[in-house]
This record gives sequence, structure tokens and C-alpha cells, in this order.
Amino acid sequence: MRPGEALSIWRAMAIGAVALILLPFVMQYYTLTVLVIYGMLGLSLGLVWGFGGILCFGQAAFYGLGAYSYAIAAVNIGESSVPFILGIVVPALFALVLGAMMFYGRLSDVYLGVITLVVTLIFFKFMNATAGSAHVIGDARLGGFNGIPGYQTLNVPGSPDDYLYDDRLYIVCAVALLLVYGLVRWLLASPFGRVSVGIRENELRAELLGYDVRARKTLLFAVGGAIAGLAGTLYASWAEIVTPGLFSLGQSAEIIIWCIVGGLGTLAGPIFGAVALGYLKFLLGQQSMVDNSIVLGLILVLVVLLLPRGIVPTIRDLFFRTFGRRRRRSRRPARRQDNAS
Amino acid sequence: MSQIVVETQGLSMRFGGVTAVDNVDFQLRAGELRCLIGPNGAGKSTFFKCLTGLLRPTEGEVMIRGETTTGFDPHRIARLGVGIKTQVPSVMDGLTVAENVWISAQRVHSAPEARLAVEEMIERFDLGDIAERTVDRLAHGERQRVELATVLAAKPWLVLLDEPAAGMTAEEVERMSAIIRDINRHAALIIVEHDMQFIRAIADRVTVFYQGAVLVDDQVDRVLADRRVRDVYLGKKA
Repeated sequence: MRPGEALSIWRAMAIGAVALILLPFVMQYYTLTVLVIYGMLGLSLGLVWGFGGILCFGQAAFYGLGAYSYAIAAVNIGESSVPFILGIVVPALFALVLGAMMFYGRLSDVYLGVITLVVTLIFFKFMNATAGSAHVIGDARLGGFNGIPGYQTLNVPGSPDDYLYDDRLYIVCAVALLLVYGLVRWLLASPFGRVSVGIRENELRAELLGYDVRARKTLLFAVGGAIAGLAGTLYASWAEIVTPGLFSLGQSAEIIIWCIVGGLGTLAGPIFGAVALGYLKFLLGQQSMVDNSIVLGLILVLVVLLLPRGIVPTIRDLFFRTFGRRRRRSRRPARRQDNAS
Repeated sequence: MSQIVVETQGLSMRFGGVTAVDNVDFQLRAGELRCLIGPNGAGKSTFFKCLTGLLRPTEGEVMIRGETTTGFDPHRIARLGVGIKTQVPSVMDGLTVAENVWISAQRVHSAPEARLAVEEMIERFDLGDIAERTVDRLAHGERQRVELATVLAAKPWLVLLDEPAAGMTAEEVERMSAIIRDINRHAALIIVEHDMQFIRAIADRVTVFYQGAVLVDDQVDRVLADRRVRDVYLGKKA
């Protein structure tokens, strides 16, 4: 870890903690909780895309898989500790297997994007087609379009009757986001993270220096899958129902938009993008004059045209220029032309 | 006589109906500096890529220190202690010079040793003024030096260089010659090169490729005086 990196991580976490403490004064816990969950989901793609250079169109697959794994396990087990762990482990393992197939298969970025998108849509179609009584896992009916309702939501570990909801669920989600953010920052400051950024910049050079690029990308992809799974698990507890919509094309696209608008190559950017656009969607949902997809699309176009690096990097650069500190170039986002090719 | 560290036996590489490398037997001994030369399309770069794992040969064997490495991925070859520099500088553009060198050093050294290796390379290649600049902002010659510093930070015992002097000014070529002679004090080298003046300055022994096969393999002065070599460079049939 570079000198001063630990201090920088603690400082960022402290700022985040202050924001998370103050936000309940201006917003309801119920809305805030889901925004924090979105922030974590944005962070998961921000890691694999912004720092690993892996454009995954299917981050929603891991999110939905986490939510469904939690719900199915919660129906069968009851107490939420094991379901909570399964909600992280199952999508992580799935990402590990999917990533290994893609990276060891030496697929180009285009095919990688297509495969991750197709996998998500397969989940979407499959879950929609599980309405019959034949589709059960243990005591859990998958429920097709209607999803799975009525499972045990998060409880205090070991006390199934002591549910975590409203302000307590918000605290759990906020602490989880802070911890995940800190862990990801630490990961990126570690040799593994720094080499991952090197791989993003030039895979061939990393390979010629003796790094097994495929193994490292697979591992990073699985970490992203685990974080998205955690977000899905928390979402399942917040929503108290999981439906195939979690795997939808719209959900996948939204996560990408959050990252682009917030700013790739930072961790705060995707979190900010997710929270800001999630809140905007919530506000737009309260009116019927304008379709919120049009507004989101318009924001995306405006940001790409006017702030191509995203909102957070632009603000950060402005701040450092004003106060005379040099911009840290190593956090440069993956070049968009690389990912679009 | 010193030990053979790189050997190919009957190495061939075909692309469809085109034979780029044709049944090449090659040997390099410990501490040796060998230049591979030949006109465009002679097969030297393809041969180089077969050695580095960037291409899997159609036929034949590659052995490094007695271990068969045919079909190895580049990272496995690099892990044998082989440093590889490509024709077009292959560097991590968005990272600083120091970060590029550190990524190489940290794979083989402990954290404190890696920091020392970075400092050593930055001093050796005169990169101090640009150590904290991102590589995408550097001139071609500087990028060549950064790549070489990155390769050498892992302390390889065998260095494979593809056209290290390409696109450099006369002054830079002179500096590169000195660097290569310095590298050769600790490592064996195989260098693919076109620049005859550069080759005269660095090489003892030269292997000439022509139409995918080895035409001549001898001391540099004898090779450059060889009529067949002059003919193939002038486009006459050897």
C-alpha cells in the first residue's frame, strides 16, 4: 500500500459515514435504504469495469441471483444468517465459473458483453417461466412472474423474531456499503488491485511480465459478483419480494448508466450515480407526465457529451485544480473506445 | 563452452498456405548476445513470437534451459526468468513510469526490494524527471526506455528484444547500444533488428533469416561481408 493510502481510505470512509448519518434528516429510511443498496450495486460494476476494464452488461444477473438465493434459502431455513451468506456466495461462485469460461476462452470485449447480457436475459426468461407448482426448491416456489414473497427478512443473527427493518435495516445497509467501499479501496491499493489496473491498461504487457491475466480477471469478476450478490441480498430483505424484474434488461442498463454518469475509474462515482439517478427515478415515479426512461436517457446523453469522464471525476478535478493538488492519473477510467470495440 | 539456454528444433510456423518459419534449428548459449536480421517478411519476428509464446508453432520444439516450452502462454515463459520487449512499445499507458516499473518488480521481489528495484531502474534509464508522469504523455524514445526498464526490473537472465532501436534518434540509438551492452553483462539476449549500424555496435554473432529459414549464422563482420546476405538485402535471390 502506498504511503498515505490508508489515511485516504479512512478519510473517504469518514466522509461517507457523515453523509450516511445526515441523509436520514432529509429523506425517509425506506427510500434511503434502497438508494444505499443501489450504491453498492453501482460499486460492484464500478470495480470490474472502471478498474478491471471488464464491461459486464449482466451485473443484474449477480444482483438477481443474490436476491433469489437469499429468498429461497430464507423460505427453507427461516433464520437469515445462512441465507445472507448464500446470497453472497452463490453469485460469487456463478461469476467465478462464468468469468473462467469467458476469460480462459479468450473472448474479446464485445463477446464478453454479449454473453453477460444473454446470461442475464436467460435468467429473466427462466424465472418468468417458473409459475407452475413443479418449480420448487425445497419449500420455496419460484413463482414465475409473481416471484417469491413472504420469506424471512433479515433478523438479528440467532434471533429469528428480531427483524431488521426501517432504520435498523438502513444502518445495516449503510455499514455494509461503508465496509465494502473500504475493502474495495484496500483491494485496489494492494498489489492485486494495482496489477488489475495494469491489466486494464495493457493486458499483453501484464502477460509478458509473467501475470496470469485470465486468472486475475476471473477473480476480480467474482469479487464484483459477490458485491452485486450482497446488494441483491439486502434488496430482497428491503423489498420483501423478489421478482424476475431483477434480471431485466432495464435493470442491467441502469447499472451501466449509473457508472457512466457518476464517473468510471472512481468508486465514489458509481455510488453517487446510483444514488442520484435512483432518487431521480423515485421522484419521477410520483408523476405521470414524463416517462422516466426518457429522462434517464437524456441525462446519459448530456453527461456523455458535456462531462465525458462523469460527474465525480469532473468535480474532483475541479477541486484539485482549485486547490492545486495534482490529479491522480492512475485512477483513470478504462478507455471507452476499448470497451466499445 | 557455455551451456545452451535457448534451443529450437525443426521449428515451423505456417499461416494457412504461407510458411513464415521453416524448420529452424537455433541455439543460444548463456551470456550470448545474438541479433536476428533479415529483410522484411524473412520470418524473424514470427520466430521471435514463437519463442515468447505469442504464437504457438505449427511444428517443432522450443526449449529454454532444457525445459520444453512449446505452446506455453507468454506469462509462463516470462516466469522462467525471460524478459520480453515487443516491437511497438507495450506499456501501461494510464499508469506512471514508476508504476509501470513497479508492477514488473513486485512479481519477483518483496515489497522493499521492489521499491529499490524501481529506484535502480529509474536511475539506470535516466527516467527520474518523468517518473511520476503517465506513460501516454511520453515521446516514443522515452516509451522504449520505460518498457526496457519495466522488463529489466524483474531481473531476467534472458532478454528478448524486438527492434529496440526502432523509431529512435541517433543519440537515442547510441544510448540504447550502451544499455544493451550493459544488460549483456548479466543476461543473454536475442535481438530482432534492422539497423545495421546498431547491430555492428552491439552484436558478436548474427543469425540471418531469409524466406523463413536460417540463411547464415556467424560472426557479425563475416555475416555483413557475406555476398548472400548483401544479395537478400538488395532483393537478389540468395
